[in-house]
Amino acid sequence: MNYLTDRKRAEGLGSGRKGTHHHWKMMVTSISLVVLVPLFVFVFGSALGRSQEEVMAFLSRPFPLIVIAMGLIVGLTHIKMEIDEAVEDYVHGIARKLTLVATAALVYTLMVAGLFALLKLAL
Amino acid sequence: MVQLTLPKNSRIKTGKTWPKPEGATNVRKFQIYRWSPEEGGNPTVDTYFLDMDKCGPMVLDALIKIKNEIDPTLTFRRSCREGICGSCAMNIDGINTLACIYGLDEISGDVKIYPLPHMPVVKDLIPDLTHFYAQHASIMPWLETKTNRPAKEWKQSIEDRKKLDGLYECVMCASCSTACPSYWWNGDKYLGPAALLHAYRWIVDSRDEATGERLDDLEDPFKLYRCHTIMNCTKTCPKGLNPAEAIAHIKKMMVERAV
Repeated sequence: MNYLTDRKRAEGLGSGRKGTHHHWKMMVTSISLVVLVPLFVFVFGSALGRSQEEVMAFLSRPFPLIVIAMGLIVGLTHIKMEIDEAVEDYVHGIARKLTLVATAALVYTLMVAGLFALLKLAL
Repeated sequence: MVQLTLPKNSRIKTGKTWPKPEGATNVRKFQIYRWSPEEGGNPTVDTYFLDMDKCGPMVLDALIKIKNEIDPTLTFRRSCREGICGSCAMNIDGINTLACIYGLDEISGDVKIYPLPHMPVVKDLIPDLTHFYAQHASIMPWLETKTNRPAKEWKQSIEDRKKLDGLYECVMCASCSTACPSYWWNGDKYLGPAALLHAYRWIVDSRDEATGERLDDLEDPFKLYRCHTIMNCTKTCPKGLNPAEAIAHIKKMMVERAV
């Protein structure tokens, strides 16, 4: 048992002096995705069903390549932030920190792997 | 981790059923949460019947009638009986509200009354609000000034005074905070809608000179940013206030000073 005052418990370790940047980044990526998701679906969809040579030629053009790369980067960044929020909400203690590390590792791996695959097809 | 099921000692069991009033034609059933630290054990839901022809119109009237005429051990907070003190906040028919201003005619069927959710229970319908009050104190709920003048009266324009409308009326009943899932899961660190509404009340006050410090103290992933705009706070507020909007204004001010 700790003999802490109620105020001491409420104050905790004080303010972390961060959060606004995350909040702003969420808004920016959300707004970006409003434009990027339809573009991504349109570009990705138009490549579906084509032969490998046609897809490689399609992806070597700047517009589809940039849209898909942006979709990957912004989309996965947004997903990572959303997962972080959910983890911070529902997971506590050391499990929270470990889950945040695992999430970051998974998302960044997916991002790099996606970009690598995209460049390999395009170049 | 979030608890999805109640611990064994918190599971609610069926309690005592009190007899119906004799000769009454207009009878209503009340199911009320009961738990006493003296008796221990699991909480129960007791069933009471009231003659509505001899009962006042509000839920608090019914509770007082039960306590006076049927079961004096039923325990609940109440004081002003007109929605000003915030003492009688409880969960009525699934909604966190004030028993004194919630009409029995607003409820269809049986009247189910529980304490405010996700708070430790002191006894029956009384939640332990110690941490809630300490969080309120932590946002410095007073006018903070740095200049010495004016020594007495700090003037405020009519327009600036209007900015406090919808904020100063909060009676700290805790209905909003205890309706907020974020407060349920992270209430130890997240300040909750009530404390944040009060924080904004002082941030937006034209006479207060500690705006920067107040925003600094709130800039935290948990204290402020656990709010996910779920809006339960606004939906349940018995005073018709909008804590979610106040929190959104704080977030907007945070962005304004940082970006």
